[in-house]
Amino acid sequence: MSIRILYFGRLREEMGIAGEMFELTGDVGDVQSLRARLAARGGSSATAFDPGKAVRVSVNQDLARNNTPIKAGDEIAFFPPVSGG
Amino acid sequence: MPVKVQQEDFDVGAEIAAFRRADPGIGAIASFIGLVRDVNEGDAIAGMSLEHYPGMTEKALAGIIDEAKQRWDIIDALVIHRVGALKPLDQIVLVVVSGAHRGATFAACEFIMDYLKTRAPFWKKEQTAQGARWVEARASDDQAAERWNQD
Repeated sequence: MSIRILYFGRLREEMGIAGEMFELTGDVGDVQSLRARLAARGGSSATAFDPGKAVRVSVNQDLARNNTPIKAGDEIAFFPPVSGG
Repeated sequence: MPVKVQQEDFDVGAEIAAFRRADPGIGAIASFIGLVRDVNEGDAIAGMSLEHYPGMTEKALAGIIDEAKQRWDIIDALVIHRVGALKPLDQIVLVVVSGAHRGATFAACEFIMDYLKTRAPFWKKEQTAQGARWVEARASDDQAAERWNQD
C-alpha cells in the first residue's frame, strides 16, 4: 500500500532527493492530507512544504488539486509553478 | 501530433519543411520560437539549465495539442522543447501549427504557447553573477492562459 513521490525544481533541491516511496496510512486519502503528513515530518520536508511557498502537484502525471484522491500505486509529484517555454 | 523533448538544438526550416509536406491540404503555417535572453529581472544571465518531468511532459504537451485541435479547425501541431544546459541566443521551444487558413493557425499557436507556459512541467534555473536561481512563474503567464477561458 505505497505510493511513489517525485520532487522537481526547488522542491527536489530542498528535499535533497528526487523521489521516495511512501507508505499510505488511513489518514492520507488526498493530496491535501498527503502534503500535511509530509510537512509534519519536519526537517527538509517542512522547509520544502512551507505553507508560504507555492507548490503544484500532479497525480499519475496529470495536474491535480488539493482534493484529488490518492490511492496505492499512484505516482505523485510535487514541484514549483512551472517556468518553461 | 508530434511532441519532442530533447537536449539537441532544432532546425526550424527543416522541421517546418517536413511538417508541411505531410498534407497538401495545408494552406497556412504559423510558428513560434522561444529563445534564451541574456537578461532577466534586471540581471545578466550567463546561461540556464532546464529540468522537466519525463513522461508527464510529453503527456501534457500532447494534451495541449489535443485541446487546440478541439478548439480550432487546424490540421496538425508540432511542439519541440529543449532541456538541459542552454545559453543566451539558444532556441528553447518551437511551436508549429498547420491549417487550411491563417486565422485558426495563429490562434492555436498562441494558445499552445500560453498553455505550455502554465501547464507543461518544465523548470528553469538561471545563472547570474550572484549565483544560480530558480525562475519564478509569472502572473502575466497565468493571465495569458486564463484569457482563453473567458466568455
